[in-house]
Amino acid sequence: MDITINGQLHQLDIEPDTPLLWVLRDELGLTGTKYGCGLAQCGACTVLVDGQPTRSCVTPVDAVAGSQIMTIEAVTQDPVGQKVVEAWVSQQVAQCGYCQSGQVMAATGLLKQTPKPSDEDIAAAMVNLCRCGTYNAIAAAVRHAAQA
Amino acid sequence: MNEMSPLPTVPPEAVPLNLSRRSFLGASLGALVLGVALPAGGRAFAQEAAPAIVPGTRVNAYIQIQPDSTVLFRSAFIEGGQGIFTAMAQIVGEELDVDPTQFVVEGAPPGPDYTLIGGYRFTGGSMSVRMSYDAMRKLGAAARRMLLQAAATQLGVPIAELSTQPGRVIHAASNRSIPYGDLATAAAALPVPTDVPLRARADFRWIGKPVARIDIRDKSTGKATYAIDLKVDGMLYGAVQHGVRLGMEPGTLANEDQVKAMPGVHSVHRLPGAVAVLANSWWRARRAVEALQITWVEAAPGSTVRVMPADYSSEKHLADLKARTGDGLAFETHGEVGPALAGAARIVEASFDAPHLAHAQLEPPSAIARFNADGTLEVWAPNQAPEMFQADAAKVAGIAPEKVIIHSPILGGFFGRHFLYQTANPYQQAIMLAKATGRPVKLLWTREEEFLRDALRPMSLARFRAGLDANGLPVALSAVAVGEGATGRWFGRTADKVDSSAVEGIAGKVYAIPNRRVGHVHVDDPTIIGFWRSVGHSMNDFFYETFFDEMADAGKQDPYELRRRLLADNPRHRNLIEAVAALSGGWKRGPFTAEDGTRRARGVAMASPFGSEVATIAEVSLKGGEVVVHHVWVAVDPGSIVNPAIIEAQVNSAVALGLSSALLEEVVYEGGVPRARNYDGYPILPPERMPKVHVRIVESGAPMGGIGEPGLPGVPPAVVNAASVLTGQRIRSLPLSRSRLTDMAG
Repeated sequence: MDITINGQLHQLDIEPDTPLLWVLRDELGLTGTKYGCGLAQCGACTVLVDGQPTRSCVTPVDAVAGSQIMTIEAVTQDPVGQKVVEAWVSQQVAQCGYCQSGQVMAATGLLKQTPKPSDEDIAAAMVNLCRCGTYNAIAAAVRHAAQA
Repeated sequence: MNEMSPLPTVPPEAVPLNLSRRSFLGASLGALVLGVALPAGGRAFAQEAAPAIVPGTRVNAYIQIQPDSTVLFRSAFIEGGQGIFTAMAQIVGEELDVDPTQFVVEGAPPGPDYTLIGGYRFTGGSMSVRMSYDAMRKLGAAARRMLLQAAATQLGVPIAELSTQPGRVIHAASNRSIPYGDLATAAAALPVPTDVPLRARADFRWIGKPVARIDIRDKSTGKATYAIDLKVDGMLYGAVQHGVRLGMEPGTLANEDQVKAMPGVHSVHRLPGAVAVLANSWWRARRAVEALQITWVEAAPGSTVRVMPADYSSEKHLADLKARTGDGLAFETHGEVGPALAGAARIVEASFDAPHLAHAQLEPPSAIARFNADGTLEVWAPNQAPEMFQADAAKVAGIAPEKVIIHSPILGGFFGRHFLYQTANPYQQAIMLAKATGRPVKLLWTREEEFLRDALRPMSLARFRAGLDANGLPVALSAVAVGEGATGRWFGRTADKVDSSAVEGIAGKVYAIPNRRVGHVHVDDPTIIGFWRSVGHSMNDFFYETFFDEMADAGKQDPYELRRRLLADNPRHRNLIEAVAALSGGWKRGPFTAEDGTRRARGVAMASPFGSEVATIAEVSLKGGEVVVHHVWVAVDPGSIVNPAIIEAQVNSAVALGLSSALLEEVVYEGGVPRARNYDGYPILPPERMPKVHVRIVESGAPMGGIGEPGLPGVPPAVVNAASVLTGQRIRSLPLSRSRLTDMAG
C-alpha cells in the first residue's frame, strides 16, 4: 500500500485496517502524533488529511491511501502551520505538551479553511481535550495566529 | 503528601563539594552517575555512604557545560507541564550567569545527589522549587566561581579583575573574554568553593521574571519526547489485558494458538493479574491480546494482592462511609468544642461527600525494560520518584538496586499519576516480559486498561457540626472526615495516628473559630488509591468551605464578610481575600443579572494548601440544569516566586482540573468493575466549559510555598457556593453533573 505523508510517498506492507496513528508512530517513527484514547475522544492524534483535521486513531490506513497527509513533523513547512506554531510559542500555550501536536494541527486545519475565524468558529473547531487546561491559551493563540 | 515527611531544606552547613573531579564539567556525566553504587531509598544512604553525599551540593552531578557553552542540567525533579525545567534554568542560570534559553534540562538518574526533599526525592507535593531553591542557587554560584578561577589561571590575572556576562568570563582591563565552554575542562580540576556569595535579589535578571518556558517550541512542534515515544533496538511491543477485578488470575486461554498465529505476534504470556501479547508492532500486540479468550479465575484465599470484591460498588462504599459515625481520632483541637457546642444558641449540621477520581492524564502509561549484557537492567518509565522505582524494579528483576538504571522522561501530564502504585504501574510487567523473552520490551497500556488500573483519588465523606452564638457567629466547629488517605496507603499508617492526607483542608484552616476539633474515622478504601492533584485538599476544602457558607447563611452573615471577620487578626489571609475581591471588581454575592441577561451569583472560598495561601471567587449561572462558570478569580500568595507567567499558567491549569472535578468527574464502580473505561464514560472538562481565569500573585514574603496544586482546592467550593445562591438549596455531593440544578427564581 502506498501512502503520502508530509509530501513523501511510503510503501507499506501492513494490514489495511491498521489505524493511521500506528502506521505513523510505529512503522514510520513519526511519534509527534500522540495516542490518547483510541476512540476519537481526545484529539491528541489529529493530523490533516487533504487539509481536514482528522483523528488518526480511528482512521484505517487504507482509507487515506491516495490522500495528502500532513503531520506535526511537517507543520512548520506549511505557511499557515508556521504561523500557528509561532503563535503557540508567543502565547506560551503548552504545559505538559502531550495534546499540543493535535491542537496545533487542529488550529492549522481551521486557519487553512477559515483564515479569519470568529470566536464561535474557534470554539467549534478547537474541541480537542487538554488535561492541563490550556484552553484559554489555545484560543488566544488561534486568534493571534489569525492576525499574524 | 504535603506532610509525608519532615521537610528540612538543605542544611545550612551544606556546602558544594566536588568528590569526583575527574568527571566535573566536560567529562562524561553518565560515567560518573553509573559509577556511583546506589542502594535505593533516600535517607538511609545519606547515612551509610562514606563520605556522605549532601544532596544538591555536588556541582558535577547537576551541571555539565558543553563546548558551545550551553548547559546540560540534570534536574532532580521531573517535568510534566508544571514548568520545573524552566524554573531550574532560571534559578541556576541566575547564579551561574547563563541565560535560561541556553539550558538543556533532563530528569536526573537515581542517586543521593538528588534527594533534596529531606533525604527523599519525588516530584510532588508542589515541593520542587521551594525545597531546592537555596541549594540550586548555591550550586550555580559555585560553578560560576570555578569558571572564574579557571579563567584567572588561563589569563594570568587576579580573579578579582574578572567578571562574567551570560556564558562568558570577562577581563575588562584587557578587553578579553573566554566562553564558558572553553573553560569547562580546566574548571574540572578545581575544588568546589564553599563561600560564594549569592546574587542580590535586586540584581535578578531571570528569577521572579516571566521567563519563557524552555520547552515550548519542542512542545509546539511534536519534538518533545515522552516515554510513549521511546524506542530501543530490538524491542518487542507489548499489550495487556487485565482481569477486570484485582486478584483475578488468568486461567485457560481458549484460542491461544490462533492468537499466536496472528500477524506479527511473537508470544503470549501470563502475568500476575494479566495476559500479555508481544508482537512486532503495538497495534498487532493490542489486536491480538484483545482477541484472546481468557477464562479468569477468582483470587485464591490468602491471595497476596489486594483483592477487589465482586460485590463492591461506589454506592455501597459511600453507604459504608455514611454508616461510620463517631468523632474518630482527633487530628487538630483548639479550645473545648463539646461545651461550646452545648452552649451554642444554634447548631448547624451537614454531611458532604466526594467521589473517586481518575487522573485521566492524556499520555497513557508505558514502560520499556531492557536487560543489558553487563547485568544491568534499564527501565524507561514515566515516574515521579526515580529512587522508589529503582528499588521496586530491582525486586521485580531479582537483582541489586545499583544494577537498575531508571530513565525518567518528561510526563504527558501526571497530577499524581506516576508515583509507585504497584498494580497501577506497567513497568513491572515490562520487566517480567523482558526477562521472559531476553528481548527489550516496550509495554503500553490502552486507555481502557489505564482507566481499569489507575490509582484513584479516595472517596471521602465529611460531617460537620457547628455552634453559632446569639449573633450568628460560629463559636464551635466539629468536623469528622471518613475514609482513607493516600499517604497512609503507600507510606504506612498507624492506628493511633491520623493520616494528614485524609484531613488536610479540613484541618489547617485559618479562621478564628475559638473551639474546634477535626477528627478522622478510617475506613479502608477497596480501590487502589493514590495522590491526585492537591490530594486531600482537592475534596476537603470543598467540604469545609461549602459548610462555611451554610454556617454563614444560618447565622444570617454574608459569607465573604464572615470570612473577613474571622481573619481580623490574620493580616496575610485578610489581605488575600480582599485581594481576590478587588480582582473581581468588589465582592458581590448576587444573584444579579449580567449584561447578557443571565442570572448569576458568586461564591468565595479560601485554602491553605502546600505552603501557599489561596483565595478564590467564582461567578456562575445555570443553563439547562447545569452550572455555567463564567469567571474564576484567584489570588495566590506563595510567599515569593520564581516565574509569574508559569504561576499564572499553573493556576489556569488547577482551575481547569478543579472545575472538571466539581462539574463532571466520578469513577463509578459496579460489581467490582469501573463503569467507564475511556473518556466517553469519564468526561473531563472540555474547552467550551473553561471559564475566564484571572490571577493575582501576592508576594507576602512568607516562606516560599508550592504552586502546582494550590490553585485547585478553592475552585469546587467557590463554584458550589455560587451555584447554591441560585438554586436556593445547598449542594453537598460532587460532581454537579449528578443533579439537575434549577434556579429558585424559576
